[in-house]
Amino acid sequence: MDYSEKVLDHFANPRNIGEISDADGVGTVGNPTCGDMTTVYIRVKDGRITDIKFKTFGCAAAIATASMTTELALGKTLDEALAIGRNDVADALDGLPPVKMHCSNLAADALHAAIEACMAK
Amino acid sequence: MKRIYLDHAATTAVDREVVQTMMPYFTETYGNASSLHSFGRDARNALHSSRQTVADALGAHANEIIFTSGGTESDNLALKGVGKGHIITSSIEHPAILSTCKYLEDHGCGVTYVPVDSDGMVDPGDVESAITDDTTLISVMHANNEIGTIQPIGKIDSIAKDHGILFHTDAVQSFGKTEIDVQKMNIDLLSISSHKIYGPKGVGALYIRKGVKIEPLIHGGGHEMGMRASTENIPGIIGFAKAASLAVERFEQDTRHLTGLRDMLIAGVMDSIDDVILNGHLTERLPNNANLRFAFVEGESLLMHLDMKGIAVSTGSACSSASLDPSHVLLALGLAPEDIHGSIRFTLGRENTESEIKYVLEVLPEIVGKLRAISPLAGG
Repeated sequence: MDYSEKVLDHFANPRNIGEISDADGVGTVGNPTCGDMTTVYIRVKDGRITDIKFKTFGCAAAIATASMTTELALGKTLDEALAIGRNDVADALDGLPPVKMHCSNLAADALHAAIEACMAK
Repeated sequence: MKRIYLDHAATTAVDREVVQTMMPYFTETYGNASSLHSFGRDARNALHSSRQTVADALGAHANEIIFTSGGTESDNLALKGVGKGHIITSSIEHPAILSTCKYLEDHGCGVTYVPVDSDGMVDPGDVESAITDDTTLISVMHANNEIGTIQPIGKIDSIAKDHGILFHTDAVQSFGKTEIDVQKMNIDLLSISSHKIYGPKGVGALYIRKGVKIEPLIHGGGHEMGMRASTENIPGIIGFAKAASLAVERFEQDTRHLTGLRDMLIAGVMDSIDDVILNGHLTERLPNNANLRFAFVEGESLLMHLDMKGIAVSTGSACSSASLDPSHVLLALGLAPEDIHGSIRFTLGRENTESEIKYVLEVLPEIVGKLRAISPLAGG
């Protein structure tokens, strides 16, 4: 169960950490009981994600996938970002150990929840 | 990068003196201990003296020691060797006991798993009230591998004796770190392992009190007094015996050293990091175990950050295991799953130094701070 170099890099130096105080959309997925929880904040202008931040409680894979998900989503249109799936995140990280694949779900789901919250406004 | 090993409950480095003692038994004294010629005699003598050494370390007689492949086999031999009726054990045993109990349940045995309190302590009263007419064996570990809690086996073994029931204890973690005397302690069966005490992997022993009859697991050429067939692993057994004699010799020195480092680590962490709690019993605890839980962060992340700094620890977090199940030991303490996820086990060893603990105390607050800064649970 070894992590790729990219996973370790995103884990040790996560991108886009934090919160957006007046975000256009916020999505939270998971809960502390399961050991995994990610919140994604997005700012949207003209249908595009212009800023994105996240916070994660979880293992190295959960942190790395959340970090990578925010990188993939930044600058994308909402439709493009909605199309980002678990495999895209895992592929961008040069793969995840099989037992950790559910972590990539969590990050993508949190992104989708933030987008849906934004669209519902 | 310097590396600091703080995972001695998982395994230990083989002591150099142990390695040196073993070496001639690979290439010179390589005989089969069952052979009648001089090569066999030499191996047989080595086997006998090793058996005596391990027996001495436990207060046992040499013919009460059966060498095995390790702690797991010793536990299997003890439980399956009795293998009938009703067994009482605790909810925080090592998987070597729990999985064997599950197997025995599937094969017609009854098993009662007594709970532990929030410090991980078994109540001997619970053990006594679990006894039925069918109870054949009580098996309660001496010290827990995750939280280091030392069980009141001196009371549990008396209960077993009073009811005429066999008492087994898994002493894999406590052997070499606490005083064990099987005669004084009314222990009938006791499992120990070499690689936890700076001996080689792949060797252990089961103490079987004289007069206690159990069935062997491995049938064959009648080795180990008919209790464990297979040509004896003489180099391993020699190494195990050497490690055991060193553990006895260095007992007081080791205990003082480990307790000092452990208390320095616990106090240092508590001083420099908020919201940390010690898992397990405050005083009835192995001298080398510090199991700490850090609120708002997840254990595997802590472990990975420490690993990047060269520090090796272990975690009861679900995320670090292939099964994704949180630690059954920490669950049995009544901890909430989120607290289990944030628990880290440091287990110290003979070679660890104060400067290594200082280094851990230097890097740990920053790591915890970094993880809490990105945690949605830490309140900003």
